[in-house]
Amino acid sequence: MNAVDTVLAPKAAMRLLSGNHACALGAIAAGCRFFAGYPITPSSEIAERLSRGLPEVDGVFVQMEDEIASIAAVIGASMGGVKSMTATSGPGFSLKQENLGYAAGAEIPCVIVNVMRGGPSTGMPTRPAQGDIMQARWGSHGDYPIIALAPASVREIYTETIRAFNLAETLRTPVVVLYDQVIAQLTETVELGDVQNVSGVAGGERKWASGPREAYQPYAADQDGIPAMSRPGAGYRVHTTGLNHAENGFPTQHPEVVDRNLGRLLTKFDRHRDAIDSWQALGCEDAEVVIVTIGISARAAMRAIEMCRLRGLRVGLFRPITLWPFPEQALRKATAKARAVLVPEMNTGQLSLEVERVLGGRKVDAIHRFNGEPITPAEIAERAESLVKSSNAAGPAGEAK
Amino acid sequence: MSATTMLDSAAEFDVRDYLRAEMMPHFLCPGCGHGIALRALLWAVHELGIDKDKLAVVSGIGCAGRLSAYIDANTFHVTHGRPLAYATGLALARPDLHVIVITGDGDCLAIGGNHLIHACRRNLKLTCLMLNNEVYGMTGGQVSPTTSEMRVTSTTPLGNTEPHFNACALATAAGAGFVGREVTHHVPKLKELIKAGLEHPGFAFVEVLTDCTEIFGRKNEMGSSAEMVLRQKSDLRPSAYRDTVDTPFRSNDLPTGILARTDRPEYGAAYRRGAAAIKSAAAKAAANPRKGKS
Repeated sequence: MNAVDTVLAPKAAMRLLSGNHACALGAIAAGCRFFAGYPITPSSEIAERLSRGLPEVDGVFVQMEDEIASIAAVIGASMGGVKSMTATSGPGFSLKQENLGYAAGAEIPCVIVNVMRGGPSTGMPTRPAQGDIMQARWGSHGDYPIIALAPASVREIYTETIRAFNLAETLRTPVVVLYDQVIAQLTETVELGDVQNVSGVAGGERKWASGPREAYQPYAADQDGIPAMSRPGAGYRVHTTGLNHAENGFPTQHPEVVDRNLGRLLTKFDRHRDAIDSWQALGCEDAEVVIVTIGISARAAMRAIEMCRLRGLRVGLFRPITLWPFPEQALRKATAKARAVLVPEMNTGQLSLEVERVLGGRKVDAIHRFNGEPITPAEIAERAESLVKSSNAAGPAGEAK
Repeated sequence: MSATTMLDSAAEFDVRDYLRAEMMPHFLCPGCGHGIALRALLWAVHELGIDKDKLAVVSGIGCAGRLSAYIDANTFHVTHGRPLAYATGLALARPDLHVIVITGDGDCLAIGGNHLIHACRRNLKLTCLMLNNEVYGMTGGQVSPTTSEMRVTSTTPLGNTEPHFNACALATAAGAGFVGREVTHHVPKLKELIKAGLEHPGFAFVEVLTDCTEIFGRKNEMGSSAEMVLRQKSDLRPSAYRDTVDTPFRSNDLPTGILARTDRPEYGAAYRRGAAAIKSAAAKAAANPRKGKS
């Protein structure tokens, strides 16, 4: 390396990237070696990038015949022991739900990227929305645990995609990466150097079965609630099914066995919340109004907060980065002293519904937008200002109602 | 083939070596042909010397879908209609595994029909064993895409009026590298057909005509299970279908044996060749960055 190259080396990690491109690079950095997808706006760039990027690292890209086949192939590859991902948008996310439930129930790690566009149905393919918040949590039938991550910048798409793989692999679960069309196709300068700092859980690798076959129970969990998985070809020859199953992997409808095994599945994230939970709290300590939002609406909110603070209005931001399971305690703490909570979101009230639930009866104001136009900083600042003024009129500051 | 030679060739094959004892007794109905098909499959696996550790069986939903649980291998009982899609991911990610799909006529041709035609077109090395009993048995005997005309089912009380699929013709038209059909009456022939399918380097589609005696046979007064199996024998074509009407989809004559065999390039190998080209192009671009990246 010559002198010039040495000087420039740290800057080599700086890249001009779109959100979807960053997602593809994050997947490869996380060790993703299988991608199956189906073309859909506005997520197709992820597939296009990986069709070239995966062969370069001896991975496999395949464009499947439909959205359902894509997630099925991804789960199939992961059952083979390979880190796997698919990417889609609303209509495809709807189609994937049954198999997403399979991955949750059979505990097959995988990452599903959902770039949100206007809905319902075909909606507005090239316009942003944030209308899949509840579908990401409840989209498949029955009760199941799920993790959904909601990055708000190109760099965060990169790091959260890596974290999605780490969480999926270590906790044996599907992880949804949920972001809107604006940040998907937004181009920003990002630095990708410090990947080591974004591992969600130590190692980011799947726990593999070891020891004799006779002693191995595919769904008997250790203290951490996560069962070790067996790699096909390693001699364990186990059965994997979407039917409710016992510790031995075989189907059961015995109430006690279902209670025990499904009960373990439904609570398996509880002791890993430190690794799962992630949020950003900006200026919440002294805020009279706390804005709670995600994605592009959070980017607008950050600007709105600057505008408010310049006018002497104490406004803060709470941004869940891990959207599901919702960072409940952190939200309660961030809003404890606030006199008002404002949720700007590009849907008709999905995040505000959850915020109302978490804050147990407190009044939650919201800006709801579903026409494909992002909510502007000025709109948020204006609403925040009126909330500050009306709460001041109602009584002295600092007393939460 | 006489009974003696059949027994001789079966002598060293003990089906119990390939079954999970803990899953017995199985849940198939008395007289069901699926067990015969399963035995023929395991016999073929045995004769080819396929390592159970390297054997992956992916199955869908329905009576046929339940069979994977009985096999002492890496088994995956997945969602309805999707075993070919799961198997595509598994086989692409793990080319060292021998991947077999077990599916039924509803699983494969109705809810999973799109995956079948694209698996045929793609020609990835997989063996798809479709057990055709003309009915949705697990859910109580509803009409399926292969139910013969005028057959009575629980959703066609006065007889089926929909034309039925000829699955092998469909697979052939969609480009499957290997297509074959056999009946459960001819177990050694069925085993040989499955063997040929397993040995085929690309996608192999094997249809097994099997009897649902408890539900389909009873509703259509087709006699005992033995009578239903014997009816398969009375002609080269399975006589269970002889009284059906000719349609553009399935003719009266359902030939058995290997029906199509081509040597189209196998998808996995073709993909890996293409991937190697991308990798070497990327390496060249990295070695010469000013000309490479845009």
